[in-house]
Amino acid sequence: MLSDRSPILLANARIVDPSRDLDIVGDLLIAEGVIREAKKGIGAAGVPEGTDVIDCRGKLIAPGLVDMRAFIGEPGAASRETLASASQAAAAGGVTTVICQPDTSPAIDNPATVDFVLRRARDNAIVHVHPMAAITKGLEGKEMTEIGLLKAAGAVAFTDGVKSVTNAQVMRRVLTYAGDFDALIVHHTEDPNLIGDGVMNEGEFAARLGLLGIPKAAETVMLERDIRLVALSGGRYHAASVTCVDTLEELRRAKDAGLNVTASASINHVTLNENDIGPYRTFLKVAPPLRAEDDRKALVEAVGAGLVDVIMSDHNPQDVETKRVPFAEAAPGAIGLETMLTAGLRLVHGGEIELMALLRAMSTRPAELLGLPGGTLKSGAPADVIVVDTELPWVLDPNELKSKCKNTPFDEARLTGRVVRTIVSGRTVYEYV
Amino acid sequence: MTIAPKPSFVLSMRHLLGIEGLSHEDISGLLDLAEEFVELNRQVEKKRTSLRGRTLINLFFEVSTRTQASFELAGKRLGADVMNMSTSSSSMRKGETLIDTAITLNAMHPDIIVVRHHASGAVELLARKVDCSVINAGDGSHEHPTQALLDALTIRRNKGHIDGLLVAICGDILHSRVARSNIILLNAMGARVRVVAPSTLLPPGIERFGVEVARDMREGLADADIVMMLRLQRERMNGSYIPSMSEYFHYYGLDEKKLAYAKPDALVMHPGPMNRGVEIDSIVADGAQSLIREQVEMGVAVRMAVLEALSRSLPNA
Repeated sequence: MLSDRSPILLANARIVDPSRDLDIVGDLLIAEGVIREAKKGIGAAGVPEGTDVIDCRGKLIAPGLVDMRAFIGEPGAASRETLASASQAAAAGGVTTVICQPDTSPAIDNPATVDFVLRRARDNAIVHVHPMAAITKGLEGKEMTEIGLLKAAGAVAFTDGVKSVTNAQVMRRVLTYAGDFDALIVHHTEDPNLIGDGVMNEGEFAARLGLLGIPKAAETVMLERDIRLVALSGGRYHAASVTCVDTLEELRRAKDAGLNVTASASINHVTLNENDIGPYRTFLKVAPPLRAEDDRKALVEAVGAGLVDVIMSDHNPQDVETKRVPFAEAAPGAIGLETMLTAGLRLVHGGEIELMALLRAMSTRPAELLGLPGGTLKSGAPADVIVVDTELPWVLDPNELKSKCKNTPFDEARLTGRVVRTIVSGRTVYEYV
Repeated sequence: MTIAPKPSFVLSMRHLLGIEGLSHEDISGLLDLAEEFVELNRQVEKKRTSLRGRTLINLFFEVSTRTQASFELAGKRLGADVMNMSTSSSSMRKGETLIDTAITLNAMHPDIIVVRHHASGAVELLARKVDCSVINAGDGSHEHPTQALLDALTIRRNKGHIDGLLVAICGDILHSRVARSNIILLNAMGARVRVVAPSTLLPPGIERFGVEVARDMREGLADADIVMMLRLQRERMNGSYIPSMSEYFHYYGLDEKKLAYAKPDALVMHPGPMNRGVEIDSIVADGAQSLIREQVEMGVAVRMAVLEALSRSLPNA
């Protein structure tokens, strides 16, 4: 009888490990929760007795994804998503580490709440979960949280979720103080005043739909401000969700100047544009809004070049009540834990990005930035591994999704490629049959 | 005198959600049908029976006296049973969602629902949830198709044609569904359209709608055959889009002096209700060049035409 923690040999697959720029055909051996090795011929040379040998011919093996931004409703919004349901969705999407957001209710702005989330995750989640803690108390944008104690309690980074810290003095102090603790500040850059009553990208399409627009300047102006503050104060800064050409220019300038500035893009912004909203489809309403095709293309190129470091799912489950309303009234947000990889593979199939670069942005780089052990297939690394059939065609049925909410932009989409096995700490937590 | 309907014109679609998607033939057909109803409405015996036995519900989430009254009269003159529901009715105030209201009404088997809502796209959302025909009486800033049709009829009756005319649409284009529907319709019928507004009230990307753009009334009204003024809502005047009513009227309000920039035989239109002294002054609104009252008359005829044309596609028509 094979136990849960028997050694596993994933055989005859294409193995891609962005942490070492490795792309070979071979076998990967897992034992006692860690990766033993990845190379050609392990199977042939003989494996320990009791090893579960899984033939992965024609499939891809990669490090499990590390999703840097997912909203999970614990505490306060369990009807939208729990750690349990989010982790099921994650496993089905090949995400072995989920970083959850602190804009819960109450906010994760004190060590006790960090501890609560970690314990709940330990007991209910089938993948690794780490919380980010709030930058400001109550997410009010006024007073800094206990960055030191929160980090010690297990917060992997700091963010006010989808809220922006509009007071520059507060942001400056935070960056200065956080620097002493080597804490990463992750900031959602959208000036609420420039957003005003806007609900989608400002431009011709919004004008035709009769919807008020959000200019790209709402994002870029705040990022520019933050970059100047990073230069002033030191500290490590990460732009939570970049979407457009203008922002990329600022990011390029900051990196060229040697500032410790990195950035994420959401899977929605690299695969979709504002036209996908079509006839007022509210599942395509996200914050920041979907932009024009030129922005999308530039964003994909930026990920390929490493200018944008991370792709995250921006998983934001919304109930039917907040989505089945006129577009202007709908809550922004789309789910993505389960579809991030598949959607990303579209870009690979379309020749827009190399597989290595995509996987690097979805696993290796986020793990590096957060100081977490995933995103690699090196010997001794935790056995967080995914097996992917990159050519498998399937149609997305929202009822099959593991998330509690079904607000997916890929509703009924025809997709190519999906995860067929997800392994966390050497244990299979998901298998597609 | 009864007028036999021309059975040849049918609007072969289930809903009228906007001018977008209507062909030149659709629009001409509706205007021609409306002409018949203009004549009918001037008779003593105004009643037709083409909608007898049919149920028409006016569902107005946004208050409107003239449009709702216009649709009510139109339905009744065609013999329909008309029911009015507006925000003054209690369940809508209790916060019942748009979808729930639609599902509830649908269960009562109406034939046609006329909907006005403050959010763009709301009427389309509702139309997906009901089995009957839906007419958009105005959704947010998106479209107001019957307004554009009645404007077109008014223009055609007074100028003899629409193509080749220069129509200047002046005012808060950014928030105006009347402007959007008119732009689409007038372009489809071969007119030249020019929008005139301060930059803060122009939608970004407006140049790509196939219109000329002016930010000054002298330039904007030059050679115009029709001057169409839009209502400026009070909320816009609180300093966020324009600084004050008096500044707005000074630069953009239609008075005799500015009307003189247009052609000598230019005609003035306004969808109503007017803010006298803000976008238009009383002398012009009530003057010889004003078509504002005729627009209201055309409104009932056009709405009868739309109801008649859609009803010809209803099951068991």
